[in-house]
Amino acid sequence: MLEMRLYLAQRISAAILAPLVLMHLGLMIYAIQGGLDAGEILGRTRGSLFWGSSYALFVVAVAVHATIGLRNILREWLQWRGPLLNGFSWLCLAGLLFAGLRAVAAVVLT
Amino acid sequence: MSSQAATSSTATIAVSVWRGDARQGSFQRFQVPQQPSQTILDVVTWIQRHADTSLSYRFACRVGMCGSCAMMVNGIPRWTCRTHVNKVLRDNQLTIEPLRNMPIIKDLACDMSEFFDKWNQARGQFEGSTRRDQPVAALSPNSPQRRVADAATECINCGICYASCDVVSWNRDYLGPAALNRAWSLQNDERDCGGEQRLQAVAGDAGCHQCHAQQGCATYCPNELNPTASIAGLKRMVSQAWFNKRDA
Repeated sequence: MLEMRLYLAQRISAAILAPLVLMHLGLMIYAIQGGLDAGEILGRTRGSLFWGSSYALFVVAVAVHATIGLRNILREWLQWRGPLLNGFSWLCLAGLLFAGLRAVAAVVLT
Repeated sequence: MSSQAATSSTATIAVSVWRGDARQGSFQRFQVPQQPSQTILDVVTWIQRHADTSLSYRFACRVGMCGSCAMMVNGIPRWTCRTHVNKVLRDNQLTIEPLRNMPIIKDLACDMSEFFDKWNQARGQFEGSTRRDQPVAALSPNSPQRRVADAATECINCGICYASCDVVSWNRDYLGPAALNRAWSLQNDERDCGGEQRLQAVAGDAGCHQCHAQQGCATYCPNELNPTASIAGLKRMVSQAWFNKRDA
């Protein structure tokens, strides 16, 4: 039943990602109207619970979605199985979570 | 007039036929007389009767009912008894191979054991809930559930969907489109009582969730069934059952 759970996790994360991607694209178009300025971006995100939680959720959904997709490719195209497949998948998930949440923390907490 | 004399003045087709077994093989070329309304099965039969009697292939009904004569024709899985040569001929050449994704027994005959074993693994048998002495269940052919079951029920087990499926080629354990399509048909049969065990069978790690909905099965099914849609239905059914069980 692992594959069924992974299938559900990938679909649920996709459903979360769809509105967040649109939000992110809209925000980027809005944010660069007056030129791309780090101070302006940090002024909006620093200490913001809304932007912090939105982008943290974005990162978690991306990490889950991308890892499961990559796992499927490795399983089907390279025939990886067992500890190699699962170990690499966990590593990929941890790497994406670490890099993403670190970036969110950098613009929200600092 | 003998068949030899009748064909002596006709044009010929260059046919490359796979010869060999599971260990090794190669293509052998034949020149086959072209006939009006000629099918691919006619071509293969002509080769066996007139050019090389050692050619092995499988057929039975010759009218698209039994599902035993499917082969790869110019790289595409087809039922050869209902495939006319003039519809698939390219540059006056044909390439005929055994079905993809199945072990070759010899020449054009492949081993379909795995295909039918998976049909059983997906619990493709009808499981009735009434005894023989009880009245026959009254089913409305127009009920939504019956329409769904009927849409998937005309499978002749030719193996074309299985041969066209890339997921089968990547994951040898995957149950495949035909077995899952059969399971979906039974899941919608109001008389069947094996639904719970069948859902478990198709929800396993080699089950319906492996399908990428590439639709090769639906594209090439000679009976124009849509196993991809059946598998999508199974995915929904399994997900609903999983959530319902967690709520209970």
